[in-house]
Amino acid sequence: MATTTPATTATKYWSGGKSPFNVEYGKLMMWYFLMSDAFTFGAFLISYGTTRFATNGWPNPNHVFNSFPGIEGNLPLLFVSLMTFILILSSVTMVLAVHEGHNMNKKGVAKYLVLTIIGGLAFLSCQALEWTHLYHEGAWWGRNPFPNADGTTSTTNFSNFFFTITGFHGFHVFSGVIINIIMLIMTLKNKFEQRGHYLMIEKAGLYWHFVDLVWVFVFTCFYLV
Amino acid sequence: MEHTTTGVVAHEHHEHIVGGGRKEIYRVTIILSVLTIIELALGFSMYYITATLTLHIIKGIILILMLAKAFYIVGYFMHLRHELRNMIMTVVVPLLLFVWFIIAFLADGDSFNNLKNRYDFYYKEHMSQPMKKQEPKEEPTKNKGLD
Repeated sequence: MATTTPATTATKYWSGGKSPFNVEYGKLMMWYFLMSDAFTFGAFLISYGTTRFATNGWPNPNHVFNSFPGIEGNLPLLFVSLMTFILILSSVTMVLAVHEGHNMNKKGVAKYLVLTIIGGLAFLSCQALEWTHLYHEGAWWGRNPFPNADGTTSTTNFSNFFFTITGFHGFHVFSGVIINIIMLIMTLKNKFEQRGHYLMIEKAGLYWHFVDLVWVFVFTCFYLV
Repeated sequence: MEHTTTGVVAHEHHEHIVGGGRKEIYRVTIILSVLTIIELALGFSMYYITATLTLHIIKGIILILMLAKAFYIVGYFMHLRHELRNMIMTVVVPLLLFVWFIIAFLADGDSFNNLKNRYDFYYKEHMSQPMKKQEPKEEPTKNKGLD
């Protein structure tokens, strides 16, 4: 980096002994891992977009995703709305957990981590219900019973992409829940009190927010547009 | 918000803490919920609309709302907003590749569509057949992958 700039900001961060971005190494690396994961999900979603643009007809999501477990009748988008709100709320509880960590409040961190884990498990259950319902309607990798919006024969790409991408995302939610459980155990065992900081919770928080962010994109691409 | 690029005061033994307080968290939560509700309402409204141009406009609005949500989640929940500007750039600038990525691949998809419709007569005829009612376990179509 050029050092001809005035010494104030440049040497304060770039003259060694401290992180130039004023952030912990693990946190920065988590950001870069999330960027790589973002490109992976982006690749999946963009290939979905390409396939859709390349195909003449496509099923109307309002007609495919219109069931709610336990309630009879035509309720388009209701179940996925529930799933989206569950995940957003779990993200909020995660932010609150990180916030409690800044205040070195072990009980608060544990409480909000538990709520986040419950939210994550609720989301996974909902996703499992959605998959089961669609499977019983005849959809699976290689099988697509839903006609296009105009009634013509539709391609199996619809269900292939749906199950692959939501499955990949669900796998991330699952691993996020596992990570949060480990964070909870570490918190309860006073690991972070010993260390003097809750930065690990922040990193787990970044991963969890990333999972929520991906859901925002996946849900929009499959259910809304 | 206590942090700017030039105004950092004495550090503690670990790295400084970024981010706002509880009020900001609740404020952003409300914003995200409102954006989601609007998106869902628009998505639901498409159930009743058949005009293609209107549909495209609604989809465009939904995409913009989605980007706004992404901005709020990354900026406030992940605290990227409050980090040093150079760090924000190391994250955001590579992601700008997505702009090229999306435009190029969607244009490609469109081109595939035009080419298939023009040169593959079987495709065009096959894709305009009305769908027969399927048994749940039978294979409804013989397509495998892109065709």
